[in-house]
Amino acid sequence: MKSFPLTIEDTQKLLLDKDITAVGLVDNYLENISKLNPELNAILTVAEEAAYEKAKKVDALITQFGEKIKESYPLFGVVVAYKDLFLTKGIRTTAGSKVLESYVPAYSATVVNRLEDAGAIPVAKTNCDAWAHGASGENSDFGPTKNPFNKDYVPGGSSSGSAVSVAAKMSLVATGTDTGGSIRQPANFTGTVGFKPTYGAVSRYGIVAMASSLDSIGHITNTVKDSRKIFEVTKGEDRKDSTVKNGEFKQPKARLKVGIPKEYFIEGIDPEVKDSVEEAAKVFEKEGIELVEISLPHTKYAISVYYIVQPAEVASNLGRYDAVRFGAGRDSFGAEAKRRIMLGTYVLSAGYYDAYYLKAMKVRSRIIEDFDKAFNKVDAIIAPVSPTAAFKLGEKANDPLKMYLADILTVPANLAGIPALAIPSGVNKKGLPLGFQLMGPRFSENVLFALGELYQEAAK
Amino acid sequence: MRKLSEKDILHVAKLAKLSLSKEEIARYQKQLSAVVEYVEELNEVGTEEIVPTSQTTGLEDVLRDDEILTNDCLSSQEALSGTDKTVNNYFVTPPLLGERGEK
Repeated sequence: MKSFPLTIEDTQKLLLDKDITAVGLVDNYLENISKLNPELNAILTVAEEAAYEKAKKVDALITQFGEKIKESYPLFGVVVAYKDLFLTKGIRTTAGSKVLESYVPAYSATVVNRLEDAGAIPVAKTNCDAWAHGASGENSDFGPTKNPFNKDYVPGGSSSGSAVSVAAKMSLVATGTDTGGSIRQPANFTGTVGFKPTYGAVSRYGIVAMASSLDSIGHITNTVKDSRKIFEVTKGEDRKDSTVKNGEFKQPKARLKVGIPKEYFIEGIDPEVKDSVEEAAKVFEKEGIELVEISLPHTKYAISVYYIVQPAEVASNLGRYDAVRFGAGRDSFGAEAKRRIMLGTYVLSAGYYDAYYLKAMKVRSRIIEDFDKAFNKVDAIIAPVSPTAAFKLGEKANDPLKMYLADILTVPANLAGIPALAIPSGVNKKGLPLGFQLMGPRFSENVLFALGELYQEAAK
Repeated sequence: MRKLSEKDILHVAKLAKLSLSKEEIARYQKQLSAVVEYVEELNEVGTEEIVPTSQTTGLEDVLRDDEILTNDCLSSQEALSGTDKTVNNYFVTPPLLGERGEK
């Protein structure tokens, strides 16, 4: 029996008890990758050399410090896979696009450095929709990632490979980016925990930019407890991303209220999804949390705001790819990247800016007002992540608008810059994962983690 | 009537420095028109006297001392490592200005 502990705590216990070495752990994960990846296509680059080099260091540190290793290396022995948007010095970084097919960065992202300084072991770079544009993984220029629960289904996106990597034990944890749901939705489709922090809580430095006012840097884990442990390491100012501030984090009150927004239980939502969220809410109620019905009236406009603001920022960020300093030329962009560049350029162009972009920025303010009002009444909000469980490969691939609508329940948190946590809650009749998300006011991560831990403890 | 004409698509492609095939022009005309038509639902929302949101941090003018962090600098070799098109430690770019009549 190979050792695949599912939590950071269990991993570190095995290492300290000498039941396994860090090198042995890497052996196991790499073996699993070579066994499963040909079918799942979750991994684009295996970082074998870096993994063993770091594992040897970790083994030496364990010998040197024993139990005390935790004080300086809180994530020692945690095997991590990075979404291929995270720059890794000396290891190819593609963003899922042919434009960067042979790009090897000269520096690493802040998050990568922080995780590895804390003792984490890099193992692989994960597949994703090219430039993080997508909700299914099908927009990767390197082929779609498959859902390990059923290979005919998508794993969600855009952090497809990261979610599958954790779900299929190809790494213990994985990083992701969430611009409109790209961490929460694949976590929801693969039975893992997906965390999107407050915009400005975690540095975006060294991560390929999608939409700069929306990009949030988070991660995927098996448990809420682990999500909190990773965030403790990744958060905070780095003097390189000026939108990051060392937030005044809210602490959970003794009595918490959770709101249920009626606008998230819209027509078109799968009854099994609706039921599972209501069941999760009941678990909270049983634990003494007060449930309150709330209203977020502008929710239905979030998708329109998002598909103006986001492509506008995408068009601007992808403008830099001119093949001069690195990467291939603009002819190498795939269909979805071109589509978003075109859309974004259109809504920003002379004569249309006021009608589309400015209008969207104003309605964005309305959506934020909705949340502000709600958070005067409740400490957090519970809602579905996606209108349905995982859908079939190819089902929405030829209809961009239909695919865009899959983001409807995740984009509001990005527009408002608030944190959100996606938690699994079982499977549907087809055996595909179900779950829910918790959203809270800016810098209320500790409240969301406390609620998530309470749920996972109660649902055990 | 499509929201975007073929002329619109060609204009936007030129602004975005994308060269599109005939099929792409037709496809994007249809797909972008559908999206633009959809997002026009925003006209239902009253936004008079609403301040537009461009970012959510509330931060303004984040400054730091103007000092060089030497351990955070790339060597010229590292900075140039992403391309083969270099001369004397410089990037080679396509010409922006040419002789009259040259493209």
